Amino acid sequence: MLISNLEVIPGKVIIEHFGLVQGSTVRSKHVGRDIMAGIKNIFGGELVGYTELLQEAREEAVERMKQQAQATGANAVVNVRFSTSSVTQGAAELFAYGSAVTLE
Amino acid sequence: MEQFQYQIIFFFVLLILGYFFGRYFEKKHYKSIIKREAKYSNLAVIAIKTVPLSEPVKPSILVTGSVVISVDYFKRFLAMLRTLLGGRVTAYETLLDRARREAILRMKEEASTLNADKIFNIKIETSSISNNASGNIGSVEVFAYGTALVNVN
Repeated sequence: MLISNLEVIPGKVIIEHFGLVQGSTVRSKHVGRDIMAGIKNIFGGELVGYTELLQEAREEAVERMKQQAQATGANAVVNVRFSTSSVTQGAAELFAYGSAVTLE
Repeated sequence: MEQFQYQIIFFFVLLILGYFFGRYFEKKHYKSIIKREAKYSNLAVIAIKTVPLSEPVKPSILVTGSVVISVDYFKRFLAMLRTLLGGRVTAYETLLDRARREAILRMKEEASTLNADKIFNIKIETSSISNNASGNIGSVEVFAYGTALVNVN
């Protein structure tokens, strides 16, 4: 399954459109990470725990989007966009969407 | 009264710790950013949506890079003071600058392991992660993504 945020894939022709596919996940941080983050908030610097957490969450969102695309019978998702929104304190929604197509 | 004194002492200790460690980490981070930017300077990041026809046809893969970075206690205090007067908040400017450059670098690192030489349609997304109960914006997440054109040997 080809995932790209280009509208047109170089060297390929779109022969069929299947419309919008999307995947999302809502994740919350856990207490241990929160304590570490609290310490980092004094000294500054990268919050490695959060970086990993959000990365995993985004991968899962992409995975769900892929599954949806596969279910429709597409072989690629083009023009993929990501968005993040915080639902409540300490939880974030990671959302990925794109257009499912069949490439020649 | 005594409790109040302890609180003030604690606050100043945090400020001093934040000032020195924050400065140290920021300098270290900037050094590493500049070094790695020079290393990946031959990897072009292009913000146009479609690949020009003059480009040779190569397989394309989505590459991503993200970082969550926090501001130190001293700078947060400075920024809070700044909101009283208004104007440029330099404390947060460097934070966002570092985060963006780091995210782009991580994306480039991923692309270079895939043996790519160009990344098209780069998008950068910034979101703030509120860290404590008071709801202060202390840490930001920057996420950069684009499509890498991969060389196949």
